[in-house]
Amino acid sequence: MPVVQIVIFGFALTNEVKNAKIAVLDNSKDEATTSLIAEFSNSRYFDVEKNLVSYNQVQQEFKKGKIKLAVIFPQNFSRDLQHLNKAQVQLIADASDPNVANTLTAYANAIIADYQNSITNNRKLPYTINTEMRMLYNPQLKGAYNFVPGVMAMVLLLVCTMMTAITIVKEKEMGTMEIMLVSPMRPQIVVIAKAVPYLLLSIVNIITILLLSVFVLELPINGSITLLMLESILFTLVSLSLGLLISAAVASQQTAMFISLVALFLPTVMLSGFMFPIENMPLPLRTVSNIVPAKWYYIIVKSVMIKGLGIKDIWKETLVLTGMLIFFLTMAIKKFKIRLA
Amino acid sequence: MQAIIIENIIKTYGKSKDVMALNNISFNVQKGELFGIIGPDGAGKTSLFRILTTLLLADSGKATVDGFDVVKAYKQIRKIVGYMSGRFSLYPDLSVEENLNFFATIFNTSIKENYDLIKDIYVQIEPFKNRKAGQLSGGMKQKLALSCALIHRPSVLFLDEPTTGVDAVSRKEFWEMLKGLKQQGITILVSTPYMDEADLCDKVALMQNGKILSIDTPGGIINNFSNPLWAVKSSQMFHLLNDITKQDFVKDVYPFGEFHHVVMKDKSGETLLKNFVQMHQEDKMQIKELKPNIEDCFIALMKN
Amino acid sequence: MNNNYAITANNLTKRFGDFVAVDNISFEVSKGEIFGFLGANGAGKTTAMRMLCGLSLPSSGTATVAGFDVYKQNEKIKRSIGYMSQKFSLYDDLTVKENMQFYGGIYGKSDAFIIKKTAFILNHLHLEKEANVLVKALPLGWKQKLAFSGAIFHEPEIVFLDEPTGGVDPVTRREFWNMIYQASDLGITIFVTTHYMDEAEYCNRVSIMVDGRIEALDTPSKLKSTYNAASMDDVFLKLARKAVRACRLNNWHETIFSF
Repeated sequence: MPVVQIVIFGFALTNEVKNAKIAVLDNSKDEATTSLIAEFSNSRYFDVEKNLVSYNQVQQEFKKGKIKLAVIFPQNFSRDLQHLNKAQVQLIADASDPNVANTLTAYANAIIADYQNSITNNRKLPYTINTEMRMLYNPQLKGAYNFVPGVMAMVLLLVCTMMTAITIVKEKEMGTMEIMLVSPMRPQIVVIAKAVPYLLLSIVNIITILLLSVFVLELPINGSITLLMLESILFTLVSLSLGLLISAAVASQQTAMFISLVALFLPTVMLSGFMFPIENMPLPLRTVSNIVPAKWYYIIVKSVMIKGLGIKDIWKETLVLTGMLIFFLTMAIKKFKIRLA
Repeated sequence: MQAIIIENIIKTYGKSKDVMALNNISFNVQKGELFGIIGPDGAGKTSLFRILTTLLLADSGKATVDGFDVVKAYKQIRKIVGYMSGRFSLYPDLSVEENLNFFATIFNTSIKENYDLIKDIYVQIEPFKNRKAGQLSGGMKQKLALSCALIHRPSVLFLDEPTTGVDAVSRKEFWEMLKGLKQQGITILVSTPYMDEADLCDKVALMQNGKILSIDTPGGIINNFSNPLWAVKSSQMFHLLNDITKQDFVKDVYPFGEFHHVVMKDKSGETLLKNFVQMHQEDKMQIKELKPNIEDCFIALMKN
Repeated sequence: MNNNYAITANNLTKRFGDFVAVDNISFEVSKGEIFGFLGANGAGKTTAMRMLCGLSLPSSGTATVAGFDVYKQNEKIKRSIGYMSQKFSLYDDLTVKENMQFYGGIYGKSDAFIIKKTAFILNHLHLEKEANVLVKALPLGWKQKLAFSGAIFHEPEIVFLDEPTGGVDPVTRREFWNMIYQASDLGITIFVTTHYMDEAEYCNRVSIMVDGRIEALDTPSKLKSTYNAASMDDVFLKLARKAVRACRLNNWHETIFSF
């Protein structure tokens, strides 16, 4: 276990950003922009994913969540550089993850500065390339934009999964489940009755977190609140069914706690994209992250709350969560025993 | 009418099914009977109770409760039986009254509806109805658990070790309550590790290591004990035990309260024992003939 | 230690708030004596025993165990006593031999002592063949006997037995008492609680606690004649029925301690 942790933390989970997907809008298409774009391509930090043709496309690409950064060259970039000794380049970063945005703009600036120095070397008068930066979605680079969705995912998971699993298993330990089984009451009703209060509690939790983030952290809710609530309830249901599944499978509170923590909490923290960018993980971890429900919820919350997107942009993630809900619930009901063994 | 029919029940545990909890058990319980299953821990009492209350599946064999099959008709059985497990299975954070109300609700009934049945038991704890169940003494918890098991007027009552770890006074009170319930026509199957409780049952099964040693009325079991049984006492109890063990006429001897119980091989032993006492007058030896009790029978059956 | 008492208690009292769990109890237990400590559930037995084992401080009164003061010398007390309860006895996942070594180890006994003593116990209990068997595979009766051997492994002066024979079959129960007698012959003082009243007869002296007080203390035969009873069972019932403590409220303090 400690070996696995060291390997995962040391190599796989890193805050360093590599191979970030970027898009380029080259309105100038001259010698200078071509070499600069080549510099970007050659850098191990960036993958030039797309060459765009219009400014509108830039917006769309960000909405799709495909790119982290866009580099935009104005018309006559080379000419301005040659004649005026200075030129402009615009960097637009997806700042819904402010850490990544900061890192990427810093890398980009470094590449541009390098290029500027390399061409200046042969001349007396220095060239200056000014970069104009725009932080999309989160102009102030507030950390809250990142951690609020993460905290929401964690709180819901903690309350729903762990608490449901523990309270049901507690009944098993106390022996009251035994008495309940030997009664005309259908066992499924017992279990559902255990889950409902946590669903209600979770809704209160979601509202509290949202109120706090809007009024205390001054975070905007750019998308539809109804959609956000519905998606949150969907995630809550996924967590609850996971809790039920755990409670059906284990016999002691300790085991329930352990499984909730190790099998759910840690992956949520590490693999949901909230602490460590998923793009930088090695393939096996990236694959595993797909089965972490929180990853999908995290994407949804960021999209709706911060990017202000609607259901048509997040239907895929919603579908994944719905699939998970059906799977876990079926498993939990199947696993639930009408007898003790 | 048979309330419970058990035929060739086998139950094993473990991956290789090597732990034999119940080894081919068969017996019947008549309607309205107070039937005791007497045996130490590990005899298989709890496994048997769980099979009959539909909580466990037997490896093989058949059982019915009130005519319902424990496997196929488990839903019907759950409607008609009352079950009290040896563990304290009440909600400690709920009050006495809340617990009772809760169990009444899950059985689709109310305290009022069946109050007459639990009245004699419940009045004893009613003064504390607002106290949390977790704060009751052992005897009180037991009474509450019994009230909860009875609240839906079950036709068969399963009590798995209700008196284990409970002091002698509370045990006596508990058996008084069972007598009262029996008069109401409820069939009661009760298990206990205390041998002296056997006398209070209509019929008992003595169990050890998953097998039934004997099954009969307490009187019947005692009548089957054919060897003469004497009690011996002296001022040197420990030496007396060693001395008597060596005698040829003795089949078995063991301490029993303030006496040693001597089981003789046959009638002729009685004179020999009297001679033995004559020879050891300095130890103030006392002897008397005894009617065996269930514990004597259990020991004899175990050693057979 | 020049006196002949293994345990002395003088007006020993334990209060939990307004509740007097143990109310001014005084008694002595002689060395090598088998002392039965009886009482109904909630009479205060467990609390009294905890004080004597140095696990809980008395509210007032004095007591010595093996000559040591329960207030100041509880670490020394722990070294000179053995303890066995129905609940905790042995580690299921260790073998018979490892359990014995463990008992020797926690009392800091030398390796030579442990090896010799383990061999002796295994021989004595006829468990040589099972030395390397996991304890969980043993029948309950054997476990209880083994647990007792563990409790007296370090040759304590006093051993406290809390319901050692609960749920044990009648034959094993007698074998267990045989072991108690042997330990007592070696000079070990036995302090035992039980719910089996016939076992009370096996004790040299018996005390019966009611509502936190010691209501009776004598040899079984004297108790029977004093209370005009046929058996210890009757004596116990006559005394315990006197209990007035509201609903024999107990456990709440025990619940607090179980955390």
